[in-house]
Amino acid sequence: MDIVLQQLVNGLTLGSVYGLIAIGYTMVYGIIGMINFAHGDVYMVSAYLTAIAIALLTFFGVQSFPFILIGTLIFTIIVTGAYGWVIERVAYRPLRNSSRLSVLISAIGMSLILQNYVQLSQGPNQQGVPTLLSGAIRFHVGDGFVQITYMKILILLIAFAGMGVLTYIIQKTKLGRMCRATQQDRKMASILGIDTDKVISSVFVIGSSMAALAGVLVTLDYGSFDFYIGFIMGIKAFTAAVLGGIGSLPGAMLGGIILGLSESLFAGLISSDYKDVFSFSLLVLILIIRPSGLLGKPAVEKV
Amino acid sequence: MTQTDISYKKSGTDAIIAALMALVVFGPIMGIVLNGYQFKLSFDRVFVIVAIVFVGRFLMSTFFQTHRGKMMAFRYTNNNDGVTVLPPNHKSQMVWIIPLVMVIGLLVPFIASKYVLTIVILGLIYVLLGLGLNIVVGLAGLLDLGFVGFYAIGAYGLALGYNHLGLGFWSMLPIAAILAACAGAILGFPVLRMHGDYLAIVTLGFGEIIRLVLTNWQSFTHGPNGITAPAPTLFGLEFKRRSAHGETFHEFFNVPYDSAHKYMFVYLVLFVVVWAVLFIKHRLVKMPIGRAWEALREDEIACRSLGLNHVLVKLSAFMMGAAIAGIAGVFFATYQGFINPTSFTFFESALILAIVVLGGMGSTVGVVIAAFCLTVLPELLREVAQYRILLFGILMVVMMIWKPRGLVRVTRRGFARKEGVVK
Repeated sequence: MDIVLQQLVNGLTLGSVYGLIAIGYTMVYGIIGMINFAHGDVYMVSAYLTAIAIALLTFFGVQSFPFILIGTLIFTIIVTGAYGWVIERVAYRPLRNSSRLSVLISAIGMSLILQNYVQLSQGPNQQGVPTLLSGAIRFHVGDGFVQITYMKILILLIAFAGMGVLTYIIQKTKLGRMCRATQQDRKMASILGIDTDKVISSVFVIGSSMAALAGVLVTLDYGSFDFYIGFIMGIKAFTAAVLGGIGSLPGAMLGGIILGLSESLFAGLISSDYKDVFSFSLLVLILIIRPSGLLGKPAVEKV
Repeated sequence: MTQTDISYKKSGTDAIIAALMALVVFGPIMGIVLNGYQFKLSFDRVFVIVAIVFVGRFLMSTFFQTHRGKMMAFRYTNNNDGVTVLPPNHKSQMVWIIPLVMVIGLLVPFIASKYVLTIVILGLIYVLLGLGLNIVVGLAGLLDLGFVGFYAIGAYGLALGYNHLGLGFWSMLPIAAILAACAGAILGFPVLRMHGDYLAIVTLGFGEIIRLVLTNWQSFTHGPNGITAPAPTLFGLEFKRRSAHGETFHEFFNVPYDSAHKYMFVYLVLFVVVWAVLFIKHRLVKMPIGRAWEALREDEIACRSLGLNHVLVKLSAFMMGAAIAGIAGVFFATYQGFINPTSFTFFESALILAIVVLGGMGSTVGVVIAAFCLTVLPELLREVAQYRILLFGILMVVMMIWKPRGLVRVTRRGFARKEGVVK
């Protein structure tokens, strides 16, 4: 019983992180219909940026955790957003009218570039950040106990706050209206005076910022990372996006949480060696059985 | 045409924006190197790269304002060069090249040193993989990111068949091809009716599942520790110094023992197999099935309205590619003598994809050349080996923007009405 509850808590935090990264996949897919294969590696870059920001802040004598957290978040989100912008500008915009295959291959190339670039710049070894926030709340359940660390609570709070801000931007602001219009019909939107190239760029920046949020939170929680983490995380976040219905924002969050919960339960109750196999099998199965996902609309191909 | 008024101000602004972006992007990651919880500064390389970006962007912006640059940009945006159709009675001037390559290829094992021979074998294995993936991606237009999964099935098929069932190289060669093709069919059948991008992700998931199972199923595959694979035999003669069962190769032919014999034999068999695959592919492309692959790649809806069964046509390409990857896997296992799951990561799939992309979608010659370039060059240029993946990535992006059909243009002979049949 306590294992199940503990895994539910772990799964919820993991799932909210998946959801944050899945937003990047789902928004980009919704607006230009491509799988941004390099998105997982953008998340990886943000993990490195987190460690760099913490190292810089502690070097300049910032000691209190809230200041470090806020400084790291601002720095990482800005620089990672710049990565999203540059990647779109360099690797995807010249291919706007090419076949989907070309864009996907270009994205895979971008993913390899990011991985190797970080490896060459920062060295191949695992890196880490110090534990900044420790301590936990314990609940006694039956014979055992369930432990919720403060870090996990912080992850949940910040992740849901991030999702809330994003929902506000998409639903209420002018930029959000432009995004939704471009998503519905890119040509019509540009006829009506929307600079669709700018909208697409801003979607990449927003997606990367969400990945950066996830990168900061996960790095602070786990403490260690290397240049290869983006690959697995990317596939899992993509699974979450597909599970919720690709193109749908609430779907990405829901898919992330379902994936996180089911993966944690699988790891806790059945086998932790095969938890990645479980996630990938889930991905394959959803795509075969219900490619439109839970909240997505079935794709209709127009001739 | 006198519209060559170049605005250097525009070039300058472009370059400054690019340089600022480069500073934001490259600055933290390249300039501040993590060292434990501390950091070291290395801003010199940031300045170098920002300077390169500034100058490069300035030149590019200026160039695209000239008349020639505008023409070039126009050509890129309207980039629809497909295949070159040759006249029906076209006779190639390059007929002599095939026998020449064959003779040189057959002489290689007797001239080359063992080290060179092993590199060439690796190159040939990648030629096979490139040809297999070229059928799937280049001809049928199905992006398969889990191609390495079929390669792993072939390699582990040989190793596991040898360790658990006592099967050797020659019996596993066809079995592995069939196994890989079956795996392709099982995966492909439900998947191929869906959207192109989803196929890429499903195959990627499949490749990773294969690798993770190979890593974690310790009792069957020995997990990350790896497993031995047998060397091939020549009519039962083993290429060993001493054999437990009967005579060995060097005893039978009464020549001194040489460890290169095994590689020479593997090379020759592989050489024959590569030619066989080349021949089969050459013929398939001209057959209705090959035409159907290419037609489906160009316009799926039109093909379906003309009555092509798109699932079966795609499945045949998928299985063909998988079978070739399985064969390549058997050769890889026998050549290495020992395999473990680290040889079958996603990077391997990306490398094979880079071969196909560079060589040209659907082009056979291009893929052969690209396979050799991408596998042999990193071996020869050890100093740049660490930049290998970076170069592959840049190559993939640049090729997609610049020449999405690859460096070698696909040519095809046109059809002519047969004289005297219908008057």
